[in-house]
Amino acid sequence: MERHFDLELQELRKDILKMGAFAEEAIHKSVEALKSREKPLAESVIDNDAIVDKLELEIDEKCVDLIARYQPMAKDLRFITTGMKVNGELERIVDIAVDIAQRTLELIDKPLLKPLVDIPRLAAVAQKMVKTAIDAFVKGDIELAKEVMLSDPEADRLRDAIQEELVEEYMVKDGSTAPRAVQLLLITRFLERICDHATNIAEDIIYMVQAEVVKHHHERL
Amino acid sequence: MIKIAAKKLNLWYSDFQALKDVNCVFTANRITAIIGPSGCGKSTLLRVFNRMNDLIEGVRAQGEVLVDGADILKPEADLVKLRKKVGMVFQRPNPFPLSVYENIVFGEKVHGENLKRELLDEIVEKSLKDVLLWDELKDKLNKPAMRLSLEQKQRLCIARLLAVKPDVLLMDEPCSTLDPQATARVEELMRELKSHYTIIIVTHNMQQAARVSDDTGFMLLGELIEFGKTQELFTAPKEKRTEDYITGRYG
Repeated sequence: MERHFDLELQELRKDILKMGAFAEEAIHKSVEALKSREKPLAESVIDNDAIVDKLELEIDEKCVDLIARYQPMAKDLRFITTGMKVNGELERIVDIAVDIAQRTLELIDKPLLKPLVDIPRLAAVAQKMVKTAIDAFVKGDIELAKEVMLSDPEADRLRDAIQEELVEEYMVKDGSTAPRAVQLLLITRFLERICDHATNIAEDIIYMVQAEVVKHHHERL
Repeated sequence: MIKIAAKKLNLWYSDFQALKDVNCVFTANRITAIIGPSGCGKSTLLRVFNRMNDLIEGVRAQGEVLVDGADILKPEADLVKLRKKVGMVFQRPNPFPLSVYENIVFGEKVHGENLKRELLDEIVEKSLKDVLLWDELKDKLNKPAMRLSLEQKQRLCIARLLAVKPDVLLMDEPCSTLDPQATARVEELMRELKSHYTIIIVTHNMQQAARVSDDTGFMLLGELIEFGKTQELFTAPKEKRTEDYITGRYG
């Protein structure tokens, strides 16, 4: 028998998927704006933030309502509590994309510091991790979740490499380029944070699917 | 659309005041739950809406109860029409000791409708379909209703009610004798029915009220303490007494 509750859970799943689509779009646009130096694109990321904030509150309210009205148990309970956490992580990802867009607006009017190579690479890793994490949530697929978690070291490695180059070449050797290098350093840091949020989502999904806590214990994978 | 409105409703059983200044509004196509501890007046309030309390000696009501805008507490109110429009489902299913078929057409016959067999057949089929019993019972229409399972009996009682085309379904603890699976199925049925009826359910099962209703009223010692959207009442009640009751701190 299909329960009315199942319909409400499907609605919640759809809303979280919508939130995920906003997050993917925000990362994509913010990085594209940085690469193409397109001001309106960066501005559109900032403008969309209010819509995402509103959706985050709606999803949270829906989750609290479902817990209060249905007293969910077992996998239903894990789905709703995970949904609340994933919702928060996705909203943070969008906030970080806004941070990237703001740094991009600072850089657009200034001459290009260097051709961007590793930052778009890190951005591609971040985008893929977020996309895979959302897919893992929708499908309840722990293999996809594990894939996300295993991508995180690559993100850390790229961040370290970018950081080293920016500090050595554009801050220590030539102080005049430091203001632009700092903006790129921040963007690098933001992209790596997005990867961390995707990893958090993946950890939450493993709990949702098999009731196992791997947070802070990746050796259990 | 407002279907039923109680205004400054007071009710006494001889010297005992069972309802105190109750004001509330019940909206069409919504399920409203009334919750509260035993003896708080929730069943009394429900029974006011089709004047079932009249059967109790020494009962006296004051105030207004408007059903479709007409005050049913007035002496000129037509009780037969009222009870056809506002039907009740009881705690224990109470089918008549007749066949499934006869149970459903009983109302039509009582209300003096002299219908042809084909029309009665249609009513039986539609009513049983509405309560999702048709597939189970279409070949057993002559079976004595008393031999059905408890859940089937309760569904049959709802079908019997629907056969006389009411607008409002009053349900007094309709699932208290059913197991959790049968309860879940009756709750699903209520959701199916709400697009065509105004449903008011009295229950001491708070979880049921939370699951199934759109609006909820909390009663205590004859007073309606709080009335509002179910979601709000169960997540952020305005009254401390409501909060104490729903969190199990009352008493």
